[in-house]
Amino acid sequence: MAISSRNDLRRRGVLGLLLGAAALPLVGTPAHALTDGEARALIDRVVSDINRIINSGQSERAMYGDFERLFDRYADVPTIARSALGPAARSASRAQLAAFGDAFGAYLARKYGARFREFIGGSIQVTDARQLKNFVEVRSTVDLRGQAPFSVSFMVSDRSGADKFFDIVIEGISLLKTERVEIGSMLERRRGNVDQLIQDLRSA
Amino acid sequence: MRHLLVRCALLLGLVALAACSTPDEPVEIYDPYEADNRQSHEFNRNVDSLALRPAATGYGTLVPVPVRMGVSNFSANLGIPGTIVNDLLQGSFGDAAHNSFRFVLNSTLGLGGLFDVATPGGFEERSADFGQTLAVWGAPEGAYLDVPLFGPRTERALAGNIVDIVLNPVNYVFGPEYAMVIYGAGAATVLDDRYVLGDTLDAILYESADSYALLRSLYLQNRRFELNQSGTAGPDLAFDPYEDLYGDIFEE
Repeated sequence: MAISSRNDLRRRGVLGLLLGAAALPLVGTPAHALTDGEARALIDRVVSDINRIINSGQSERAMYGDFERLFDRYADVPTIARSALGPAARSASRAQLAAFGDAFGAYLARKYGARFREFIGGSIQVTDARQLKNFVEVRSTVDLRGQAPFSVSFMVSDRSGADKFFDIVIEGISLLKTERVEIGSMLERRRGNVDQLIQDLRSA
Repeated sequence: MRHLLVRCALLLGLVALAACSTPDEPVEIYDPYEADNRQSHEFNRNVDSLALRPAATGYGTLVPVPVRMGVSNFSANLGIPGTIVNDLLQGSFGDAAHNSFRFVLNSTLGLGGLFDVATPGGFEERSADFGQTLAVWGAPEGAYLDVPLFGPRTERALAGNIVDIVLNPVNYVFGPEYAMVIYGAGAATVLDDRYVLGDTLDAILYESADSYALLRSLYLQNRRFELNQSGTAGPDLAFDPYEDLYGDIFEE
């Protein structure tokens, strides 16, 4: 855990540089736009990893670890975390943002890992990809035994400097929007105390 | 008696629709009745923890899966004629034909709707309700409501629910002597849904920081998605966190 935190910090430093670099093209030359194909290739890997994890037969705890690594690898966790924190992210210190990002990443893996566990025995299939505003939506269908198939979308962008997904939308319900509400409520309950929120998030 | 009921329901539906308030500017969440809504949310939470949840646990553990599925299928099948009426009102003739086929298949081969033989045969569930019909006709969503005993609704969805009661032909074909069966199956379906969604609903209602705000967000996101799916023009549903990010940079 300690090692992964240090890695995360280093990665965040690199990411900050990349973010700065990525912002530059906005003022000058047009940026390379993420294509449907590139986004779809990323989600194909994500989906095959999810299918592997949920059918691996390992313990729940081991699955959470796998999901956290999956989020770290394929999702833009710092941006998701920042967005979930909302306006409070503007006044938070770098150290607070980093600590929050770590706690939030693990919380996400536990929470949504538990969700994906319900997919055991089922399968996820990528169906298509389309451009939406400044990103690509990759759509997939989840088939579970004895249930009507439902839609899961992954929102992909390269604006973090790498192709990453920044949202998972299940039957219209966005992880990003939902966590903005939940984290916002948690923060409100703690009278805006970000440090207390980070501490409680670790055990949530 | 029945005519009176029909007129009352239509009137109530129209009143609810006419009462649909609209915000001055489009907003993601329009909740002018939040204080009242929060009170009825607390009431609903108590009803759930004291009655619905325990009853659902009993029903789910005592009644075997095939029986529960049969009852839920039966109840869902009785709702299909109402769905077809809404398909027609929306001009979705393909869906009307699809659902008619589904209804005939399940009512005959599916033994009165106990078995959903249509879904594996390619005639899967395609829902429609009068709230959706109103959306297709261009009625505004209205304010968010947390209705006592019924939970999250938009004003438009609530108006639709009321009208749907009189719109379903099943309510005219079967006399009042069947009401117990029809409503009994409906109640059992609610228990089954609560049992199947157990952990998910528990997490929303009892483990979140603010279950009212969370449920409101989840309901509106899902409802708008469903309406969008059926071809209704909706607001742009996707959220872009990077716009926020760069917005900050340019502001500073």
